[in-house]
Amino acid sequence: MTHRDPHAILATPDVRLPARARSGGPLSFAELSARERVAHLLDAGTFTEILGPAERVVSPHLALLGVPYSFDDGVVIGSGTLNARPVLIAAQEGEFMGGGVGEVHGAKLVGILRRALQTRPAAVLVLAESGGVRLHEANAGLIAVSEVMRALLDVRAAGIPVVMLIGGANGCFGGMGLIARCADHIVMSDTARMSMSGPEVIESSHGVEEFDSRDRALVWRTTGGKHRFLMGDCDRLVEDDMDAFRAAATALLGDSCALTLQGLLAEHALLTERIERFGDCHDALEIWQRLGVAHPEQVTDMEAAQMQSLLNDNAMERA
Amino acid sequence: MNWQTLVQALFGAAHTIERNGDVLSGTAQLQGQTLAVVGTTDHAPIGVETALAQAKVILETVQHHPGRPILLLVDTQGQRLRHRDELLCINRYMAHMGCCVDLARRSGHRVIALVYDQALSGGFITSGLMADTCHALPEAEIRVMRLPAMSRVTKIAEDVLAALSLSNPVFAPGVENYVAMGGMASLWRGDLQASLLAALADEDTTDQRAALGAQRGGRKLANAVTQRVLAA
Repeated sequence: MTHRDPHAILATPDVRLPARARSGGPLSFAELSARERVAHLLDAGTFTEILGPAERVVSPHLALLGVPYSFDDGVVIGSGTLNARPVLIAAQEGEFMGGGVGEVHGAKLVGILRRALQTRPAAVLVLAESGGVRLHEANAGLIAVSEVMRALLDVRAAGIPVVMLIGGANGCFGGMGLIARCADHIVMSDTARMSMSGPEVIESSHGVEEFDSRDRALVWRTTGGKHRFLMGDCDRLVEDDMDAFRAAATALLGDSCALTLQGLLAEHALLTERIERFGDCHDALEIWQRLGVAHPEQVTDMEAAQMQSLLNDNAMERA
Repeated sequence: MNWQTLVQALFGAAHTIERNGDVLSGTAQLQGQTLAVVGTTDHAPIGVETALAQAKVILETVQHHPGRPILLLVDTQGQRLRHRDELLCINRYMAHMGCCVDLARRSGHRVIALVYDQALSGGFITSGLMADTCHALPEAEIRVMRLPAMSRVTKIAEDVLAALSLSNPVFAPGVENYVAMGGMASLWRGDLQASLLAALADEDTTDQRAALGAQRGGRKLANAVTQRVLAA
């Protein structure tokens, strides 16, 4: 497979205009490609890619279906340093098949996780942006998601933290939402989303009354970063800003929380209580109110730092 | 096969497995050893409660019966597709179930899964696919999506998909495809009890699925790619 193949595309353009250079403001995580995110997250110039586009490790299944494939199969992996400490990193490219996990994509994720057991970095950082299993190679993707989960939990058990950074426009859904919740830590931007089934899938299954996928505010407050943060489903909430993600990831280096029986019993109690406390709520606004947020309707307009002080000031018990 | 027939074939009368809603749980005796059994039936949609109920059985087994083997019985239509489940962060509940299976394995429990009816997408990832080894009955159905739906989503003609699926196990539904790809260790035919005993006797607890997929020719790249990343 060569450059001349009409179905081959480079999924991760290296030359999108740097947003900060254009505007002078913060560099948006959401607007960058996977490869750019990696470059801006790590210490400048330290990233070494493994199985990069030049290696042409592509999905044979997409080619067979006559569907465009990518020279990196939609995921960038490698090593570098963050704040001068060694890390391994993986970044999914949401612009290519929605970040969907196929055979090669999944095997690259498994590989970088297993590599952590050899090199013992200060963390494995996963910049997740994915709709979950890639339907064009669904069976391989489904198995791969569980292989990634098992490999991730091996890394976690070895005392090496796995940190999920979620901030892409496609969110973190399906199998990738499962993988994310197996990690030691999750950092989300306030514009990011994490969930299981997409709103469109739920709407097509149970009707628009069940979940109106075109109601953007509803979708956001059901699956968005602020709701996940208030509930404790993500550990840190940041602005859509590469510097903020970098600071959050730096703070979590070496911060491992191994899975233990005690830990899982506590998680079980928390999840049981959550259903008792909020199982009858029909909307996130009701949940936020019950959590003790004085003005739930104002949450939409709050900045990430305000959200953190909301938790601190109210000594809110997340659930 | 319905769950009562299955359990009868596996254990005769030597079990306490009961159905509670869509969830099956109990213990069973097999050649002098006690097994914990947990699973679902009636093509259960896996919602927050169903995930939690199964996780509970596994956690209690780890807590009170160190080393007791666990059998997961899989029959699911996948994750429950409801707004309420998403609001409560269903992926956290399902991941919790998966983490409990992982903890059990790590704590020295042999975990065997059997797809005895239907296994679809998300509900399957965090149960059967997290076991030491996953097996299926030949008549079971395993898939993410049927070909007509896949054809709509991928915008590739159904007859094209059907033709390709004859030679490539990667997208078409079917237990044989999952066996070829290494996702299923084996199909259980004939004497189910003997199959279970053989699965329990296998002591390998590492994830061999990618290597198995390469060996069987159904998933040729996964193992090689992972090895290349390790060797880089």
